[in-house]
Amino acid sequence: MLHLVLFSIFAVICVAGAVNLLVQRHPINSALSLVVVMGSLAAEYLLLGAEFVAAVQVIVYAGAVMVLFVFVIMLLNAGEEERTRGSRVALLLGIPGMIIGSVLMAWVLLEHSGTPSVEAGALPGPPKTIGWLLFHDYLLPFEVTSVLVLIAIMGAVVLAARPESAKGTREV
Amino acid sequence: MSVTAFIVISVVKIVVAIIVLLTAVAYTVWLERKVVGHIQNRWGPTRVGPFGLLQPLADGLKFIFKEDLTPPHVYKPLYIAAPMIALIFALTSISVIPVGNWVNVAGISTPLQITDVNIGLLIIFGITSLGVYGVALAGWSSNSKYSLLGGLRASAQMVSYEIALGLSLIGVLITAGSFSLREIVDAQSGTFWGFIPRWNIFQGQIVAFFIYLTAAYAETNRVPFDLPEAETELVAGYHTEYSAMKSAMFFMAEYANMITVACLASLLFLGGWHGPLFGPPILQAILPLLWFVLRVFVFLFIYIWVRGTLPRFRYDQLMAFGWKFLLPLAIANLMITALIVAVKS
Repeated sequence: MLHLVLFSIFAVICVAGAVNLLVQRHPINSALSLVVVMGSLAAEYLLLGAEFVAAVQVIVYAGAVMVLFVFVIMLLNAGEEERTRGSRVALLLGIPGMIIGSVLMAWVLLEHSGTPSVEAGALPGPPKTIGWLLFHDYLLPFEVTSVLVLIAIMGAVVLAARPESAKGTREV
Repeated sequence: MSVTAFIVISVVKIVVAIIVLLTAVAYTVWLERKVVGHIQNRWGPTRVGPFGLLQPLADGLKFIFKEDLTPPHVYKPLYIAAPMIALIFALTSISVIPVGNWVNVAGISTPLQITDVNIGLLIIFGITSLGVYGVALAGWSSNSKYSLLGGLRASAQMVSYEIALGLSLIGVLITAGSFSLREIVDAQSGTFWGFIPRWNIFQGQIVAFFIYLTAAYAETNRVPFDLPEAETELVAGYHTEYSAMKSAMFFMAEYANMITVACLASLLFLGGWHGPLFGPPILQAILPLLWFVLRVFVFLFIYIWVRGTLPRFRYDQLMAFGWKFLLPLAIANLMITALIVAVKS
C-alpha cells in the first residue's frame, strides 16, 4: 500500500518534470526539470530495490551529465524561445497520433495484465551482486562498453582540438 | 519496533543532528577566525563574549538584519533558489554519517546515525555531485561577468576533483568490503600487535588519505584551491551579487561541507569512534562520541591551518594538478590496493 503511494508520488513528479521540460521556454528551466526527472527515476529504482542503480543514477546522470548540459546552456547563453503561432500540421497529425498512441498502449497493457509484475527485491540490488554479475556473466559487454566510451572521449578530443595546432604553426 | 516509534525517533535524531550541525558550522567560523588570526600574529575576535565566543551570534544577528537587496537584472527564480540548493545538499549528507555505536535508551535501541543504509558512501558521492548545481546556478543567475566566470570555474573545479575523491575512496571500500559507513568503521576496530590501531591509514591507505584530503580541499573550494571565490581575483566569484541571508547560506553551506569532509575522513581513515575506553560506565558510553569529535576537530584544525599557510593555485595549475597528477595517482593507488587484496584472499 505504502509502496503504491510512494510509486504514484514519484511517478507524478517524474511526468510533471517531463511535461515541464517541454512547456518551459527558457532552456535552463528545461534542464533543471530534467534533473528533477532523473531524481524521481532514481527514487523509482530505489522502490524496486535496486539501490546501487539508484545511487549511480544520481551520481552519473543527475550529477555529471546534467551538470554538463547546464554548463553548455550557461555558456551558450541561449535566451528564451520565441513564441510562434503554432503550426497546422502539428495539430492535424499530432492530436490523432496522440489518440492512436494512447489507445495502442492501453490495449497492450490490458492484453498483458495477467502477467505478474516485478516484485521489489527480485532484481539484484546490493552492489556486491551487481559487481559479481558485471565481472562474471557480463564481462564481455562491460569491456566492449569501456572501449566505446574510450572512442567517444577520443572523438571529443579530436573535435575540440584547436585548428592551428593541426597545421603546426602558431602565431604569437 | 512500531512505525510510530520509528518515525518519532527519526524525527528526534534529525532535529538533534541539524541543531548540532548548525552550531558546529557557526563555531567552525569562530575557530577559523581565531586560528587564522593567531597564525597571522593577531588576536581573532575577542570583544564579543569571553574569547569572542559570542561572535557567531553577533554575525547571525547581523545577517538577519542586513538589507536583503535583489539586483534588478538577475534571473529571479534561480537567484533565490541557488543558495537554498547549496545549503540543502550541504546539510543532507549528515544523515548517513554515524557518530557512535548503537545505544539503548529506555528499551529502544537505535544507531547513532539518522539512517544506516548499506550504500551510505554512494549517497554521499551523489549529494556531493548534486551540490555543484548551487554554485553553477548562482553564478549564472546573477547575470554578471564575475559571477558567471566564478561559478563556471568553481563548478568545473568541483566536477574535476570529484573523480579523484571517488577513486581514492574505492581503495577504502575494497579494504572494508562494504559501502555502509558503519561497517567500514567496524572493520577498523582492534589493534595490530596490541597497540597500533587498525585504522585504514595503517592498513595501507596512506596515499589514498592524502589524495582524499587534497581532493576534498578542492571540492569545498578552500585554500589552496579557492580561486573561484578569492577577493582579488573575481571580486567574490559566484556569490558577488548576494547579500545578507542568501550570502550567509552560501557561507553556511561551505562550512557544512567542510564538516562533512572532516567527518568522512575520520570515519574512513582514522577509525571513526574507536579509541581506548576507560572509567565508569556512564563515561564509557560517551567516550566514543568524544573520540569522534576529537578527530573531526583535528581535521577542521588542519583545514584552517592550511588556509592560513598556503598561497592559492592559479586556475590552470589547479586543473592540471587535478587531472594530470591526482587522477593517475588515485588510479595507481586503486590498482595496487586491489592487487594486494586479491593476493591476500
